[in-house]
Amino acid sequence: MDILNALVTLLNFVVIPAAAYGAQLALGALGVTLIYGILRFSNFAHGDTMAFGTAICILLVWALQAAGIGIAPLPTALLALPAAIALTALLMVATDRAVYRFYRRQRSAPIIMVMASVGVMFMMNGLTRLLIGVNEIRFDDGARFVVSVAEFRAWTGLSEGLALRQSQVITLVVTALACWALFWFLNRTRSGKAMRAYSDNEDLALLSGIDPDRVVRITWIIAAALVTTAGVLYGLDKSFRAFNYFQILLPIFAAAIVGGLGNPLGAVAGGFIVAFSEVAVTYPWRKIAGYLLPDWQPAGLLQLLSTEYKFAVSFVILIVVLLFRPTGLFRGKSF
Amino acid sequence: MSGNRQQDASSIWRAPLLFAVLAALFVLEGTVRNSMFSGSWNSSLAILNMGLISAVMALGVNMQWGYGGLFNAGVVGFIAIGGLAPVLISTQPVPGAWEAGTPRLILALLAAAGTLALASIAWKRLTRPWNALALVAVLILGFVLYRNIFDPAVAAIEANNSAAAGNIGGLGLPVLLSWPVGAIFAAAAAWCVGKVALGLRSDYLAIATLGIGEIIVAVARNEEWLARGVKNVTGIPRPVPYEINLQQDPDFVARAAEWGLSAANASGIWVKLCYAGLFALVLLALIGLSQLALKSPWGRMMRAIRDNETAAAAMGKDVTRRHLQIFIIGSAVIGLAGAMMITLDGLMAPAGYAPLRYTFLIWVMVIVGGSGNNWGAVLGAILIWFLWIKAEAWGPALMGLVTAFLPAGGLRSHLIESAPHMRFLAMGVVLLLVLRFAPRGLVPER
Repeated sequence: MDILNALVTLLNFVVIPAAAYGAQLALGALGVTLIYGILRFSNFAHGDTMAFGTAICILLVWALQAAGIGIAPLPTALLALPAAIALTALLMVATDRAVYRFYRRQRSAPIIMVMASVGVMFMMNGLTRLLIGVNEIRFDDGARFVVSVAEFRAWTGLSEGLALRQSQVITLVVTALACWALFWFLNRTRSGKAMRAYSDNEDLALLSGIDPDRVVRITWIIAAALVTTAGVLYGLDKSFRAFNYFQILLPIFAAAIVGGLGNPLGAVAGGFIVAFSEVAVTYPWRKIAGYLLPDWQPAGLLQLLSTEYKFAVSFVILIVVLLFRPTGLFRGKSF
Repeated sequence: MSGNRQQDASSIWRAPLLFAVLAALFVLEGTVRNSMFSGSWNSSLAILNMGLISAVMALGVNMQWGYGGLFNAGVVGFIAIGGLAPVLISTQPVPGAWEAGTPRLILALLAAAGTLALASIAWKRLTRPWNALALVAVLILGFVLYRNIFDPAVAAIEANNSAAAGNIGGLGLPVLLSWPVGAIFAAAAAWCVGKVALGLRSDYLAIATLGIGEIIVAVARNEEWLARGVKNVTGIPRPVPYEINLQQDPDFVARAAEWGLSAANASGIWVKLCYAGLFALVLLALIGLSQLALKSPWGRMMRAIRDNETAAAAMGKDVTRRHLQIFIIGSAVIGLAGAMMITLDGLMAPAGYAPLRYTFLIWVMVIVGGSGNNWGAVLGAILIWFLWIKAEAWGPALMGLVTAFLPAGGLRSHLIESAPHMRFLAMGVVLLLVLRFAPRGLVPER
């Protein structure tokens, strides 16, 4: 019984939250890694673009709610998502036209592109603030739980409860669908193959008649879809605050680098690695230890690091990978 | 930066002219009272003081970017770690903190450093399968040891008079001494990051510094034993007189009356002028030193490395080592500025360290002013700081004017309310425009 209780606690506080968070990071890291693979720079505007896409989605949700349209018990945000993606994609393609294309044609150093992305970051941040402000917003209407603690206890008779929030299930399902669609696109379609070819060897791809502008455009559109989905899922799961989206830039970069920049499969794996380490390191293990080793009474909470330092986990993972395997676990630049 | 040079040789009058325009802006802010300027010398000098500190920060970033081509995305962290120095050096010791556990705390930090050193030695000295095992064993044992020494010490120190203190307190030394100490703190942090992230792809450094910046700020916010975290440390000593003492000094009041100023107003202006003098002295000394360094063989080597790393490496220059050097020097200057800022505020409030304000705004200053040119960085810093402060007031006024045709309603009031956020958008646009059309900035590198 104690082992079951320990297992349920582990599921409830570590595995489920980390899986949902990992899925959100994976979607974010996929966007970073795609942009890196095709455009060859680290996009610092990614976090703020995520915030912008989510802000658009929230505005659409409010409009739909005002019109009385919904898909209860699912959150209205899912209905608004495609339109939000389209608008974000429009903005990203326009940004590429206005900003990045010039440097691409100049063949500027990647660091100049990074600098330009800082300018875009400022703009996205300002736009998001103008659109929706800096306050915390919750937009997760619909049912809250798939399984609630009380129901679970009644079913199983265990003393520990298990809660499965709807946002977590939606996150995992949507992420799985998005990954499947992305890998199908990259591996099976002509455009996807063109993208991989362009990423592997730009000159050779140009020689075989691949239109670089088209590849870049598709990349931005896919990145917009990934980034908006990641942002909306993160917002549904936690809540929307523009500053939090800047802060998850670091775990997203860490995930992309751990997996190998430019490698989509690596980005997904990296997202989960970062998320699980973050949750595992900042979770107080005292309760689980109490079930497994009833005789041992530790003095502390058995928490390795307080939650304020969860970013330190991404950083340490980043440093370890940079020290021992700078190309990432999955050898970057291979799609 | 290379590859994007403006073709035209700029006139030598350009920089003096731009500085004159800048001076005129500050005089207007000090004298003219209308919808754009406040007409108060106190306000003008307050902007100037923070502008001078921003100029020192911009000099540090300019060393890294303009002379090294390194992108430091964690400026805010180096500012914060420099800001810890005035607290640790110049505030009075907290009674009872030493007895409560400061020696134990120092022991814990030494244990942590020793663990890392031992782990590094184990990894390098032992052979293949054993080194990883030893590394993990040393790290786990070291961590357990560290936490066992550290946690009780922290609990004891934070319990000591937690309403007013609860930290280890300072050494009670003169506050000016804390400025170089702040530089040393930042240099040490820079060494740790640079050692790992330099020599790899150029954007890895940017991402690693983004991380260390977040972590340093998190430490400043959460470690109450260090500088009381978000409970803030107030009353950090000043290197200049206090307004209240000046106002009680009959000599000073008499002299203020000669100038036709009230004692309160004059004391504010005098204190700010003293600060401005101190900051200008530091700034000029830094510019002087870095200009000398740049004209030396070392400076030529740095520029050669920046412009063509491969060629410089072929000439036998150790590129990674030089990058580490310039990265540490630049970070030290940023740390110095962080210590100066806390001295000016007299307050350590870590909740205020926002990356957009302290990392990316400094970047805008450097790029707009002219990367690679010290005077350009200074000009850009003071100018952008002036605009940043004034834009907060100008934004709503401008938005009111622009939206005058809209009916008074939800949209119009929403736009006017959110107009202060316009400055983020404006800074982004300015950065992108300068980067695209004048990549060498207002005062280009010669």
